[in-house]
Amino acid sequence: MSIEKMEAAELLSKNKFNVDEEIAHIEIDKTICAQCREKPCLYVCPVVLYKLDKNGDISFDYAGCLECGTCRVVCHDIGSKGIVKWVYPRGTFGVNFRYG
Amino acid sequence: MSEEAQFDAIIIGGGPAGAACAYTLAKAGKEVLVIERADTPGAKNVTGGRLYTYALEILEEGLSQEAALERKVTHEQIMMLSGDRSISVDYHNPAFNTAGQPPMSYTVLRAVFDEWLAGKAEEMGAMLVCGIMVDDLIEQDGKIVGVLAGEDEMYADIVIAADGVNSFMAQKAGLIADIKQETVGVGVKEVIELPADTIQQRFNIKEGEGAARMLLGCTEGIHGGGFLYTNKDSISLGAVFMPEGLADKKKSVHEMFQELKMHPSIYPLIEGGETVEYAAHLVSEAGFRGIPQKLYRDGFLMIGDAAGFVINTGYSIRGIDLAILSGIAAARAVIGAENAAAAGARYVTELENIKLLPIMKAVDGYFDLLETPFIYDKVPNLAIDVFDSLFTVHGDVPEKMSKNIMKLIKTNGLSIWQFIKLGIKGVRSI
Repeated sequence: MSIEKMEAAELLSKNKFNVDEEIAHIEIDKTICAQCREKPCLYVCPVVLYKLDKNGDISFDYAGCLECGTCRVVCHDIGSKGIVKWVYPRGTFGVNFRYG
Repeated sequence: MSEEAQFDAIIIGGGPAGAACAYTLAKAGKEVLVIERADTPGAKNVTGGRLYTYALEILEEGLSQEAALERKVTHEQIMMLSGDRSISVDYHNPAFNTAGQPPMSYTVLRAVFDEWLAGKAEEMGAMLVCGIMVDDLIEQDGKIVGVLAGEDEMYADIVIAADGVNSFMAQKAGLIADIKQETVGVGVKEVIELPADTIQQRFNIKEGEGAARMLLGCTEGIHGGGFLYTNKDSISLGAVFMPEGLADKKKSVHEMFQELKMHPSIYPLIEGGETVEYAAHLVSEAGFRGIPQKLYRDGFLMIGDAAGFVINTGYSIRGIDLAILSGIAAARAVIGAENAAAAGARYVTELENIKLLPIMKAVDGYFDLLETPFIYDKVPNLAIDVFDSLFTVHGDVPEKMSKNIMKLIKTNGLSIWQFIKLGIKGVRSI
């Protein structure tokens, strides 16, 4: 194994997760996101969980979230925030840092 | 404790602030419950990082010498990067590590350290429950009396929020609003495994010794910087960026950090290693002025990152030590106060007594200095250009140094005037 640039998905494969398959701890409202011009979430998520799909809409998957909270902090309030829910995963779920 | 209460104190969060608080309370015979949302304390936490030992020694003399720490920091380093060039400064003072005294600081991994410290609190008699997320506070007659976790209600004379930088508990208590983006940085870090002797060779250190390195000029002008810490058999390499800057420049934090790894002055340090974890966390950047106006209300205190206790001077970052201090201060307030209602005001006094607030106030001005945009790209580039002209020898007649520096200041889009203003700002603020 040598050091090289790694895609976010590959980096995530190094981490220990217990993904909550039942409850999403972050939810977005795509109709609000569609009105957001800047879309800062595309740049600040350390694991690039916010992406633009073919239609130019925001797509998001909460699995792989490192629970940093940056997306919530930068989410623009254009009447309301596109991130309509941001809580920590239920107890024991989510990322489990072994080094931290 | 009051009739309804099951505990003298409930602490939300088993990080260093919560554990230090629980340790001190339990030692004084208080019934304490620590509720941690992760499977084990520390499993949600991230540091750069390092820990300054004095805080552990205040918690209990000798504690730093049995703590789960990595390497004592013997080399303080600053590295400026520009393009593929770099300047490194290495500061070594043996007095930071005098025989017979605890070394001044250690590199640290939080999943390991936090679990150890929470274990010490348990040994003292604190009760620790893991894997439980506190959903809400319970309020009665304007007083916080307990916490709600799923269906479970738990009551205590005082609830202490040690739930970190995204303190939802402090928000629910009405003491803070949601975080403003200009007050935080997003930090990312890879832990890269390497054999201990390889680390020692590459950093020119002995067994047990370590380096702490700050990196400037690796953020493409965005307010932020990088860091590198040597652990026992791994290297923590990371970077912190102001999220606003990333969004403005449309640069991905992930992409910028991956580029840093491959920098010709960084890569040889981690070459052949294996990434074993990729972590991220928010870090408060506002320092003293970011501390909430009120740190308590009836039945409720906030400590550690939840209260914004972080210092960033650009050359050193402190958080874990301040978290421990605030945990001790909160415990002392609870122990010394006649009742829970009196604990809040007393907590602020204890934060003064333990010197946390004076320390943070003394370095408050760094925030202004660090807001100067050109220190993140133009200044490192200029310094490197100057070094370049010093060390370049081709047999040409060199230009007069003073004239050359003036020229380089100009080509870097800077002016003498900006440096004078920065100097004045520096004198005023720090």
